[in-house]
Amino acid sequence: MEGEGPSMENPKISAYYQTRLAHFGVVSTEWLAQAQSATKPIPSSSTDTSTDKDANFSVIDEFNRWRNHPDLAEAVAAIRALAAVISSSKASTMMQLEIELKNASDTLKAWDTTSISLTAASDLFMRYVTRTSALEFEDFNSAKARLIERADKFGEISYKARKVIGMLSQDFIFDGCTILVHGFSRVVFEVLKLAAHNKKHFRVFCTEGRPDRTGLRLSNELAKLDVPVKLVIDSAVAYTMDDVDMVFVGADGVVESGGIINMMGTYQIALVAKSMNKPVYVAAESYKFARHYPLDQKDLAPALRPVDFGVPIPSKVEVECSARDYTPPQYLTLLFTDLGVLTPSVVSDELIQLYL
Amino acid sequence: MDARRSSRAVIDPKIRMVGFFAPPAPIPFEFSPSGNSLSPVMIPPPLHSSENLELHSQSQPSVTSTSRDETIAVSRGQNSCSEEIFPAPMSLSPSPVASTLPRCGGIPMCNLTTVSVVNADSFAIDEREKPIKGGGSAVEVKDEAVNSKQKKDKSSKAERRALQEAKDAAKAATKAEGNTASRTATSANVKSAKAAKPPHKDVNTSAVASEKKGGDRSSEKDRKKDVPHPRMQYDDKSRVEKAKRRAVVNQTESRNRVELFRHLPQYEHGSQLPDLEAKFFQLGPVHPSVYKVGLQYLSGDISGGNARCIAMLQAFQDAIKDYTVPRGKTLVRDLTAKISSYVSFLIECRPLSVSMGNAIRFLKSRISQLPRTQSESESKTSLQSDIERFIYEKIILADKMIVELAVTKIRDGDVLLTYGSSSAVEMILLHAHKLGKQFRVVVVDSRPSHRGKILLRRLVEEGLSCTYTHINAVSYIMHEVTRVFLGASSVLSNGTVYSGVGTACVAMVAHAFHVPVIVCCEAFKFHERVQLDSICSNELGDPDVVSKVSGRQDVNHLDAWSNTENLQLLNLVYDATPSDYVSMIVTDYGMIPPTSVPVVVREYNREHVWT
Repeated sequence: MEGEGPSMENPKISAYYQTRLAHFGVVSTEWLAQAQSATKPIPSSSTDTSTDKDANFSVIDEFNRWRNHPDLAEAVAAIRALAAVISSSKASTMMQLEIELKNASDTLKAWDTTSISLTAASDLFMRYVTRTSALEFEDFNSAKARLIERADKFGEISYKARKVIGMLSQDFIFDGCTILVHGFSRVVFEVLKLAAHNKKHFRVFCTEGRPDRTGLRLSNELAKLDVPVKLVIDSAVAYTMDDVDMVFVGADGVVESGGIINMMGTYQIALVAKSMNKPVYVAAESYKFARHYPLDQKDLAPALRPVDFGVPIPSKVEVECSARDYTPPQYLTLLFTDLGVLTPSVVSDELIQLYL
Repeated sequence: MDARRSSRAVIDPKIRMVGFFAPPAPIPFEFSPSGNSLSPVMIPPPLHSSENLELHSQSQPSVTSTSRDETIAVSRGQNSCSEEIFPAPMSLSPSPVASTLPRCGGIPMCNLTTVSVVNADSFAIDEREKPIKGGGSAVEVKDEAVNSKQKKDKSSKAERRALQEAKDAAKAATKAEGNTASRTATSANVKSAKAAKPPHKDVNTSAVASEKKGGDRSSEKDRKKDVPHPRMQYDDKSRVEKAKRRAVVNQTESRNRVELFRHLPQYEHGSQLPDLEAKFFQLGPVHPSVYKVGLQYLSGDISGGNARCIAMLQAFQDAIKDYTVPRGKTLVRDLTAKISSYVSFLIECRPLSVSMGNAIRFLKSRISQLPRTQSESESKTSLQSDIERFIYEKIILADKMIVELAVTKIRDGDVLLTYGSSSAVEMILLHAHKLGKQFRVVVVDSRPSHRGKILLRRLVEEGLSCTYTHINAVSYIMHEVTRVFLGASSVLSNGTVYSGVGTACVAMVAHAFHVPVIVCCEAFKFHERVQLDSICSNELGDPDVVSKVSGRQDVNHLDAWSNTENLQLLNLVYDATPSDYVSMIVTDYGMIPPTSVPVVVREYNREHVWT
């Protein structure tokens, strides 16, 4: 089963959220053991992949290899894997190479349809890499070299995106402020880490982030940096909102309306913050910009994950297992991206310019 | 009204004041000097018999109407000198409106000639009504007083001039072989003049005469561009006169014109069509295909943005096919002039839609880009294929793309609501049905056009399950709706959707019920203009159809409405839906939020299609 997307044999469970669970879930409790027995073990380095039709090179292998770095976002792993496709390709014409690349990106996208950033990053990669004007005029080898160069550059940009965002958002964190964060987002953590390094005095409220309790992990990390942290259960958001100066969330995907798709609970935090006039800042890399336009919550392809309530649930009772929700743009204040600090409406402008 | 006015001065971007508040005039001010000085003379002919004459002193004889008329007159005076469109209530109830003072920038006060008589008086009235207003407006009131004083000084001079002009007019009138406008204007005035005093008549006739003079003077200059501005201000008489002299279609202005919409053409309906049909064989300059399309617009046989645009382009195609360059002229110049004359003919039949305007822009830019060295037949074929391509790429392919995108937003079990009849929405619904999606359609319709019935028939024929209701019931039906699909005549760059009247109402109700509103509009209908309300640019339909209820002989209370002078019927054709109520716009470039319309407009221009 390793290497194959869980979407292959169990379409119910979202691979994206499984990976997140493996990387950021709290490992100490017995809850994880339960969760692990409920889900399948996380795909580690794979050997026997058969999803890819390529004879001697598999994108999925490459992708999984990159994916194992907990510090590397899934999308960046995908970008690295696609770059590897180009360099290891044996195609002799530009057309062949493009078709190969297209196949690889399709395989990647099909591997986990629930991951928005994976799809978005593959699409963006294709746009960025193949959209070079000089391609037709050069001979194949130099064109290929150029493609690899562009691919590496894109990978580099994506990798550095988090640092850029960290720098951009420092102006928004002022001394003595209280920040509410939801779940574990590597970008948000980067932002807070940098702020702590810059000797800013601030307090962080971490939500628990049920069911995978990613908030516990974040509070743990922040405590190591000597940042004052308070853990808040997910249902206490409105109760604590009075003390909060700003809300910081990450995003699984930024959609065309300028809204975000993120871990379950983001929408309600944004609603509470809006009604109390607190700013909601989103930190998201630009490779998460996706060509989706959900109109409401049900308009998303559901990404499911197991929810553990600690007690057996009667079989007649239904459980809402969706892992994410959609926050419309009117509840967001600003987006911190590597393209700059954007208002939600600019997202769509950027997307139109990318894809038009 | 007062309170709202002052709150407008303190700009609060959060409060969106739709409908009642006109923005600073978006129309570039391009009056000819003569037009500028003369336009204030065009006091709206008093529509009401004088009941409140006792309000006015003897020295101001021309004021014979209710206070509402005067305030409008003031606003028009203002319009011409301060570029500020007057906010006035949409309802027809005669509510007195306090006007802000005319903030004349560079234009000297003396531009206000005879109208100052009216202005001075209405200011007096306004001041009488003002004390309700808070302290903040005190300065304003004072300013107004000063202004009115200034104007009173001018009034005597103006009266003298009016007298002089009246004499000229008497001479001119004998010579004039029947300019329709002057005839109607004077005849309309005769009635009210009976009640008023003699000088009143003089003022009016002089107005007609002087406007004729002004028109003659400036028309020399304007002869070249013989297409009336697509958003011509119809309360600017000199321009109207000019346009009228060139006109092919014989149009009489309706007598009971709606005050708030005086800047829009308001003609008597019903008379043009037989008139134009009779003229069929006398029309040299207009190509028969264009003529046919014009007649179809006039009779309403062709309606809907896409249909009208395609019909027009095809007519132009025919005209280009039959076109030969006259000796001693170049194709580029002569054909452009020719197309312009066709366009002005079509405008007379029915005001252009934004889509048609964009298509004309495309065609003209194509003509001007023709290489000079190309032979005539080559140019003609290339133009024809350009038109063909425009129709195919920008309309047909765009619709296909829209259908493909929008269908993804329809899920099983949905209840879709649509208003009126939009070709794009119809295609979407039919395609979704063909894909086997299980959904229900609510077709909302309204009087007097009942365009929803056409859509309903086509949907029912294809086997969709439909509900048909009128817009009165929209708030009842909305709670079971999951998506609202709307068509649009145009999308403006602030995201405002300009569409058939009633669309805004449906969108607002949907918004209130948290139902997503999806607007389907091809990108060639996007326009870089900004509009905040439905007043400054709109089209007025036949007011008669509002008064008549088909199949109900007993509802005849309005049968003789045109004889009632204090009644005006308003039949608006379009309205503007603010972008707040639109969740998504589906175009051929993808699904975009209304905030991204400027991006599409910009990208669209970059394709060098237009310029």
